[in-house]
Amino acid sequence: MKVLVAMSGGVDSSVAAAELKAAGHDVVGVTMRLWGGESDTGCCSVSDVDDARRVAQQLNIDHLVFNFSDDFDKHVVTPYVQAHVDGITPNPCIECNRHLKFDRLSERARLLGFDAVATGHHARIERDDEGILRLARGADDAKDQSYVVHMLDQAELAYTMFPVGHLTKAQVRERAIELGLRTATKPDSQDVCFISKTGGRETFLGNRIPFRKAEVVNEDGTPAGKVDALELVTIGQRKGLGIPGGGPKQYVVEVDTPNARVVIGEEASLYRKSLIVNQIIWSDMHDIQRLRTTNDVLVQSSAHGTAIPAIVEILSESSIRIIWSEPQRRIAPGQSVVLYNMTNTHVLGGGIATAE
Amino acid sequence: MGTYLDHAASTPMRAEAIEAMTPYLDHMYANPSGSHRFAREARKALDEARDLVATTLGCKPGEVVFTSGGTEGDNHAILGAVRRLGGVAVCPASEHHAVLHCVEHVHGVVVRVNSVGTVDLEDLQRVLEEATEEQPISVVSVMAVNNEVGSITPMRDVARIVRKYAPNAILHTDAVQAACWVDLREITPLVDALSLSAHKFGGPKGVGVMVIKTGKNLEPLIFGGGQERDRRSGTHNVSGIIATAKALEVTDKTRAEETERVIKLRDRLVDEIRAQVDGVLETVPREHRVPGVAHLCFSGVENEALLFLLDQADVYASAASACASGAMEPSHVLEAMGIDRSWSNGALRLSLGHTTTDAEIDHAVSAIVSAVNQLRR
Repeated sequence: MKVLVAMSGGVDSSVAAAELKAAGHDVVGVTMRLWGGESDTGCCSVSDVDDARRVAQQLNIDHLVFNFSDDFDKHVVTPYVQAHVDGITPNPCIECNRHLKFDRLSERARLLGFDAVATGHHARIERDDEGILRLARGADDAKDQSYVVHMLDQAELAYTMFPVGHLTKAQVRERAIELGLRTATKPDSQDVCFISKTGGRETFLGNRIPFRKAEVVNEDGTPAGKVDALELVTIGQRKGLGIPGGGPKQYVVEVDTPNARVVIGEEASLYRKSLIVNQIIWSDMHDIQRLRTTNDVLVQSSAHGTAIPAIVEILSESSIRIIWSEPQRRIAPGQSVVLYNMTNTHVLGGGIATAE
Repeated sequence: MGTYLDHAASTPMRAEAIEAMTPYLDHMYANPSGSHRFAREARKALDEARDLVATTLGCKPGEVVFTSGGTEGDNHAILGAVRRLGGVAVCPASEHHAVLHCVEHVHGVVVRVNSVGTVDLEDLQRVLEEATEEQPISVVSVMAVNNEVGSITPMRDVARIVRKYAPNAILHTDAVQAACWVDLREITPLVDALSLSAHKFGGPKGVGVMVIKTGKNLEPLIFGGGQERDRRSGTHNVSGIIATAKALEVTDKTRAEETERVIKLRDRLVDEIRAQVDGVLETVPREHRVPGVAHLCFSGVENEALLFLLDQADVYASAASACASGAMEPSHVLEAMGIDRSWSNGALRLSLGHTTTDAEIDHAVSAIVSAVNQLRR
């Protein structure tokens, strides 16, 4: 097959390219240039492009650079900034996967005559007994990334390959060392590529939006403190609220953006019995019918969080209510919520947490 | 080998130039600044190269300065003028980054360009007229031929305006893209300084030529042993300079016939593409353009995708300039010309040169037509 492999300059995508080549595919590597602004986290930097290109040279495959910085700005950076204005906690890496890697890039790959797009994500694509493509967790429990690529539907799963999903991270590094790839010992990237370590989220947002001062109040409405930037407050947060110490621990339990108010309370106030999730993308649309009859699921709401038992109520094709088997701490609106089957092996679908 | 239509990026070395330089890569290795017989032989070759270049450019041998390339010449002219004279640097918005980034670095003034990509003469005049006594214009740099779209600047008009409204300013021209197609003897007398890059006319990479007219003092960029009459220190790149002089001589002698030959090839290339696909903009009218450049914009096509398919079909072309990572940047030249992004996203530069053949044009036409059709499906 003719495969376009997205190479970030990291070890996973380097080995992904090597695995495809070894399997006899006609492989072309591509590095996407996404963020044009300042950054010190390394992603999209010239040195990462150099690493990707050198690995491609070692593997004797062509290497391209696509400039998708306009799309990245439109689909990831601008919504990220707006989400903070709206009091929502966004997940930019998931939006980048949704709009750049598995939309913009795969669209171009199709146009250029490729049969598939591959990435170095730790996830697996398997066909089940009924012939349905399933997005399964990666072989390495600790590195599984099925959560961040949950938005792939049947058509996209059919066009996508995850060549290192069956390997543990240690095996990936071993393969890279065996092949003498220069990225073998490169540390994993952890951070949002466009937020610098030195300035952080505060500087990034501060350069783009005016921060609003907000009142911090108790659940009964009595004043408790003040914050300088409502946009930087997240549900569940404890620090930086300008409230005196002592007494029971206080958490942000509500961010009231229209009234510029932050409500704090004790941990118990954070717990919820249910959650409405919108903008659901199903791996397979048939799962909607299945879940109407058998509605037990496991729910994961952060990249490396535990999958928690719940039952799901289908509200519409793109909206569900999750009823936790036991009350759970509130999930900040804007976070991705992903449903897994009861044996916790594959993704059923996922969407965005609402405030309800 | 495939079809090479990227001569404006770099053109193959002239066989005569390779032949001329080879002894100086091998047994003629002495430093021409030395005082022994062996050094004097290298010095003689260097002096002859300088004479040859001066003849071809229409200047005095003492006005020729050998550099590391076009970028050094551009930097030397602008930074050297501002450091020596103070004042303000001026250039049009469509200049090569080697000029534009220098002018921006010294907080100079960028002048508008017209729809063909050359300096807007009225805006140039306005900027020069608005200069104050405290902040006079010290250098005006205007490219003779644009590297992306190939448009030819009326240097005579530029010189007239600069001499009238900024008589004390250094007038520099980046003539890097002019060397193959324009008789430089017509440009050199109009300016105070001129920069060339050898690998654009069949010389080697890493060598350039600068003309600095007698009496025009620029602060050197590089200090050291005082070579090139203190204007550019550093041991001479003897083999490179000899090859450069030879390549320039061959280019000059063959220019008339090459111009006629290449115009026919280029016009056929463009005409045949346009006959087979719709939605093609010929960015600059032919009468404003050098023979070697065909710049087209395809609607509904992204140039990164187009270049990939052409590469796969062994047709080597380019779009705008690439950034350090290798990614395509939106063209500042097309933006300055006021060309809508819906067109400029599909920009393609096909540049022809001394090795371009009829067979290459046939191959390019079929590859481009089929790639554009695939991308528009």
